[in-house]
Amino acid sequence: MRYSILSVLSQALQGNTGWKPVWRDAELKPAYDIVIVGGGGHGLATAFYLAKEHGLTNVAVLEKGWLGSGNVGRNTTIIRSNYLLPGNIPFYEWSMKLWEGLEQDLNYNAMVSQRGVLNLYHSDVQRDAYARRGNAMRLHGVDADLLDREQVKALVPYLDFDNARFPIQGGLMQRRGGTVRHDAVAWGYARAADQRGVDIVQNCEVTGIRLEGGRVVGLDTAKGFVRAGKVGLACAGNSSRVAALAGLRLPIESHVLQAFVSEGIKPLIDTVITFGAGHFYISQSDKGGLVFGGDIDGYNSYAQRGNLPAVEDVCESGMALMPMIGRLRLLRSWGGLMDMSMDGSPIIDKTPIEGLYLNAGWCYGGFKATPASGWCFAHTIARDEPHTLNAAYRLDRFATGHLIDEKGAGAQPNLH
Amino acid sequence: MLLITCPYCGARPESEFRCGGEAHIARPPQPGNVDDTAWADYLFYRTNPKGVHAERWLHAHGCQRWFNMLRDTASDQVIGIYAMGKSRPDRPKT
Ligand SMILES: Cc1cc2nc3c(=O)[nH]c(=O)nc-3n(C[C@H](O)[C@H](O)[C@H](O)COP(=O)(O)OP(=O)(O)OC[C@H]3O[C@@H](n4cnc5c(N)ncnc54)[C@H](O)[C@@H]3O)c2cc1C
Ligand SMILES: [Zn+2]
Repeated sequence: MRYSILSVLSQALQGNTGWKPVWRDAELKPAYDIVIVGGGGHGLATAFYLAKEHGLTNVAVLEKGWLGSGNVGRNTTIIRSNYLLPGNIPFYEWSMKLWEGLEQDLNYNAMVSQRGVLNLYHSDVQRDAYARRGNAMRLHGVDADLLDREQVKALVPYLDFDNARFPIQGGLMQRRGGTVRHDAVAWGYARAADQRGVDIVQNCEVTGIRLEGGRVVGLDTAKGFVRAGKVGLACAGNSSRVAALAGLRLPIESHVLQAFVSEGIKPLIDTVITFGAGHFYISQSDKGGLVFGGDIDGYNSYAQRGNLPAVEDVCESGMALMPMIGRLRLLRSWGGLMDMSMDGSPIIDKTPIEGLYLNAGWCYGGFKATPASGWCFAHTIARDEPHTLNAAYRLDRFATGHLIDEKGAGAQPNLH
Repeated sequence: MLLITCPYCGARPESEFRCGGEAHIARPPQPGNVDDTAWADYLFYRTNPKGVHAERWLHAHGCQRWFNMLRDTASDQVIGIYAMGKSRPDRPKT
């Protein structure tokens, strides 16, 4: 069914009895041209763009749980393209452009809201770094505005501007950044891929990757063996484990990142604000809850739930930025598993195994990348070579020295 | 909150410590003699298991000494603690 004003009106008249499930619960067929492992945002987007851009529809997406059970349904929904390095800016800006057309493209309301992303600075040095970042963005045609203290004050007067340790001097604003309803991204891509013939198979964990003569021939799954011409891995958080099924080692550690939501309040924060003197970022959902987060827990974990020191740290940073949130109650918190890559940047590439492709290492910034990641991964799989947009996200860059260390933190996954 | 028993100071809360990542990654003795792939493996590639993980910890806000720990990354349970330089206790000695 195509969603439109007419479909909404006619359903209203029929008492909303005619809505259909948004995608088929497909059975696993014995063979596919392409199988995508992982039904998160990136896997579903890949399947959609394989069908839409490359006409490849004999495709399955295998998801070990239910759609949206991974990070695509756990993140803090922020999208932005305020990157500095050449390998990153064009890729993330392409993602932003795809977000801007996404709802029309998918015929699905993903609540893309370009409410702006404001990165605060608290020192002269940080201002200079943001000026450099903003200039790099503008040179690539991305919007960026360097705001001074008064301009920031006019936008978000409730921050602690005169904090004794971290006074706010200004901020770098990307007005086209914002938030997107994350579940709707999974559902919208699933529906649009399904409509083009892609099979989405839930509760179907991949437990083995079968190779013959150095190439992939199929997968062992919870629902039996499936033959596959090509296999694309998009298993954020579990990439090391799934790649190990094919004997591959990755430059990745899995870490837990937590997110927090307060009780709902009236509209207060109409943008996304990031603290520059600690790791803390905050926005407000359309339901009214303040959505915020900060650092990863700091040690390898697959526990998918966080620990208390990180909770305390995030709340302290929040209090330093915006003391008024101390009056609010925390409603929920949860954790998700992330692939922390060793330079903080992702991998979208072929692997040394023929027919096996890898999409991994998204750290905590992979939600904003969802459209471009799927688009580039589909291209890489369909054409058997990376697109120029993802050409820098090579797996072998760790050996050749072409690291993309956006943060300049070195080989320390827990610092990115 | 993990309760971590520093071999020198006793049981202390997680917030006094800092994790230094996977343990027992030996630096190639003659870096000039290994190829780029082996060097990248040493610097960047990790085992990242779901299950028992041997890792280094620093008692940063305490005695500032390093030690090794075995921890289950699926449950975050601490399994054992042993001194730097000792081999992994759950591995048969060679
Ligand atoms: C708390 C939190 C906040 C975040 N905030 C932001 C943010 O504000 N902005 C941003 O850009 N990014 C953010 N991120 C990062 C972002 O969510 C991830 O980088 C991104 O969602 C990862 O891609 P994905 O959607 O494909 O992952 P997932 O949704 O995790 O998809 C991977 C899927 O693979 C499946 N899988 C794993 N192993 C197997 C197997 N063996 N067989 C079959 N399926 C398997 C998993 O079940 C999972 O569904 C955040 C992450 C977290 C945890
Ligand atoms: Zn100690």
